[in-house]
Amino acid sequence: MAKELIMDIKDFSFKYAGAPKPSLMNINMPVYKNKITAMIGPSGCGKSTLLRSINRIHDLYPNNEYTGEINLLNVKSDEFENILDIKKENDFIRLRQRVGMIFQKPTPFPMSIYDNVAYGLRLDGIKDKNILDEKVETALRDAAIWDECKDRLKESAMGMSGGQQQRLCIARAVALKPEVILFDEPTSALDPISTKAIEELISELKKDISIVIVTHNMQQASRLSNYTAFMYMGELVEYNKTEKIFLNPKEKLTEDYITGRFG
Amino acid sequence: MNKELVFKRVAFLSATLILIVLVSIFIMLFFDAKSAINKYGVYFLVDSRWNKTIEIKSTESKTNPSKLIAKTSKTNDDVSMNNDNLFADDSSVLGDSESLDNSAGDKAVDESVDTNTNVKTDTIFGGYIPIVGTILSTLIAMTFSIPIAMGIAVFLSEIAPDFLIKPVGIAIELLAAIPSIIYGMWGLFYFAPIVQNTFGGSQMSLLIAGLVLGIMILPFMAAITRDAMNTTPDVIKESAYALGATKFEVVKDVIFPYAKVGIIGSVVLSLGRALGETMAVAFLIGSVFKVPGSLTNPTISIPVVLANNFGEASGDMMSSLFYLAFILFVFSFITIGAAKFYFLRGRR
Repeated sequence: MAKELIMDIKDFSFKYAGAPKPSLMNINMPVYKNKITAMIGPSGCGKSTLLRSINRIHDLYPNNEYTGEINLLNVKSDEFENILDIKKENDFIRLRQRVGMIFQKPTPFPMSIYDNVAYGLRLDGIKDKNILDEKVETALRDAAIWDECKDRLKESAMGMSGGQQQRLCIARAVALKPEVILFDEPTSALDPISTKAIEELISELKKDISIVIVTHNMQQASRLSNYTAFMYMGELVEYNKTEKIFLNPKEKLTEDYITGRFG
Repeated sequence: MNKELVFKRVAFLSATLILIVLVSIFIMLFFDAKSAINKYGVYFLVDSRWNKTIEIKSTESKTNPSKLIAKTSKTNDDVSMNNDNLFADDSSVLGDSESLDNSAGDKAVDESVDTNTNVKTDTIFGGYIPIVGTILSTLIAMTFSIPIAMGIAVFLSEIAPDFLIKPVGIAIELLAAIPSIIYGMWGLFYFAPIVQNTFGGSQMSLLIAGLVLGIMILPFMAAITRDAMNTTPDVIKESAYALGATKFEVVKDVIFPYAKVGIIGSVVLSLGRALGETMAVAFLIGSVFKVPGSLTNPTISIPVVLANNFGEASGDMMSSLFYLAFILFVFSFITIGAAKFYFLRGRR
């Protein structure tokens, strides 16, 4: 099967507002369609910064600087578009609908379970109750949480357990049918059982969605991902198929990190 | 171990102190107001007469409120007592010159009924006008200040560029620290003429008092609301943006619900402040015992009645003042309690 690209990051550098030097330097990395790409590396290596650049969440805060290209495939025209060119508010909204994001801690909104999932859909302009009901149910089923919450859709999402909240957030992102979902250490605040549920869910999701996941958990990266990127001090040290990174790394640094000699 | 015990005791004492003070204020007000409560009863709340002398037959028992009511054919006279209040100069301007005529008229009516009977006089106090004045001025203040305070808070927490956040924030905190009498003076000399030119009416009125009261509580409300909004975790806002929300939608759907408790708290605290505000209102409301026919008419509020009349009050008037204070206390208590209960129910 031919490997299809969904994203292509080229010579990407990023500098935070007021920082003396760039946090990311000359990153070159592909993201393949319907695959899981893991990013690993010690704290502060820039993997979350890179992840957050991909849907330009950084732009909520002023004066951050980008250079290079992050090309995202436009599924309709089958052409790549550089998302760093986006200037207009509407285009940002469209980008974020295409590239969803899940954060380290669950981030349910202070509203009912149903409204949480319907929120993005409503923002997208869907008002019809039947369509909303149907899409919410599909999203909750896709996020493997429908059975647990079908009887309490009207209850506040704040009353769910951490693992359920995280799956709700995934449902919320999935409801918009994004092309890519970015996971920023999605299980680091969860217990092992919830972690397992989320991991299974992520493996399921890759049928329809391309996934980029930042993780501190090496086993998680090796279990889940098809490709792995190892980052260190703002640079991409090594990128390859996950088996190669874990079994036969080219770089000494990568080997040291995955064998736990530093990090 | 011993220190631990002392520490616990001190903390416990500090907490109980508040309760003791609250209860003792309630009891004090109630007992001092008791004779007025017995004499005028609940009718005090809707009786618009204040310090009004009426005559009663000597044969009748003199303290029977229902009879007293029946006897006075004319109601709603504006008897402005205590012209020697803060605004002695203005009170003649503000149109209570009728008071003399009215009492004369009443006498005539009474005399025509009870000719040749031995007449005794009694003084009636009713709290309707100051109660209405307090409620209306507070309502005006709240309607005026809530939207503006929310606007300021949203601007400061979400929209303002970095270089503006600090100066504007400090300005607002400074405004909150200005003593109320200064707002009163400013309101009287600069703000009142503007309002009068725009809306007409007297140079002191319910509207002016309400608006200045609103301006007074505005910075207070804005500062607390901003702090409450700032407690919304960035990551929650980011996840709303990540679903394609605009700034307005994030504020409306995420920040407001998230900061709800703090915002309600700020409104409730401001409400309490507006209800009990004395000095600024005393400067501006006109201090006239008259039901305001329109917002631009002068009237009076409970704290102003208390401040103006406490010095030389005695007997029934003293007790009536305590009754008014008691009403204000209970009213604030109920309003704030109800607001808290209503808005915060169902919260875990």
